[in-house]
Amino acid sequence: MAKELPPFDPAKTAQFLMRHGHSAKLGLIFRDHGTDWVELELPWREDLVGEVERKILASGPIISMLDMASGLSIWTRHGTFAPVATLDLRVDYQRPARERSSVFGRVECYKLSKSAAFVRGVAHDGDPDDTVATMAGIFMTIGQDSRNA
Amino acid sequence: MPEIPLTPYARSLGIFVHGEEDGAPVLGFEFSSDVEGRPQHLHGGATSGLLETAGYALLRKELEQLGRAHRLKPINITAQFLSAGKQKTTYAKARIVKLGRRNANISVEAWQDNRERPIATAIMNILMAEPDA
Repeated sequence: MAKELPPFDPAKTAQFLMRHGHSAKLGLIFRDHGTDWVELELPWREDLVGEVERKILASGPIISMLDMASGLSIWTRHGTFAPVATLDLRVDYQRPARERSSVFGRVECYKLSKSAAFVRGVAHDGDPDDTVATMAGIFMTIGQDSRNA
Repeated sequence: MPEIPLTPYARSLGIFVHGEEDGAPVLGFEFSSDVEGRPQHLHGGATSGLLETAGYALLRKELEQLGRAHRLKPINITAQFLSAGKQKTTYAKARIVKLGRRNANISVEAWQDNRERPIATAIMNILMAEPDA
């Protein structure tokens, strides 16, 4: 019989994942989580700026952070680590982040079906009620044929 | 070909100008750990960054040719991921769907081997504000 796996630990998994690849490149940091949400931090950095004349983080790294937080929120709600792929991700920008400021991404998985996960979240620079951006996305589980699920 | 300025973020991701087609810059990046998500695959966020950079590059170029000066501000981006990005060079090219006075709507495609089968597409709305606003 297969050994039962311990429940999914968002903090531990995030710390592992963020040592590799694109997340490591951006320097993402795990901040907090609940039963169905995860918050990450994208620290301000000179080489991640989107305009030469202003010291504001580009929107690309913010999308990446929200994408990463989405995956973690899905695994947190699901309770296990199962590979997922982004199908559709929408980000609406309310305002630029403050100069030289970290941006935080808090994403909640509000619905899980057999093959899809639905997420929504915000990017903010300190106050989650004063958003820099809002987002919504759909992820698919991969590595498994849904007809056999 | 006029020089296309890339943002610090774009340079940091390794984005380069591959060439120009139909007046639109074709941008690209090589596969590396910097753009890797799950092992041996492109990160959706990195792909989005390339799509977005290609959208801005085309809009900046178009406005410059029209002699218009604006500050560009993102309104939104919707990205669709059509297939997993492999360990290959990825390209992206944008098309201006609508260029208005205050906003532009831009569609972008990213591909690897076969441009008839894009790996990701995006629709972007961009606000064109007064230069000093």
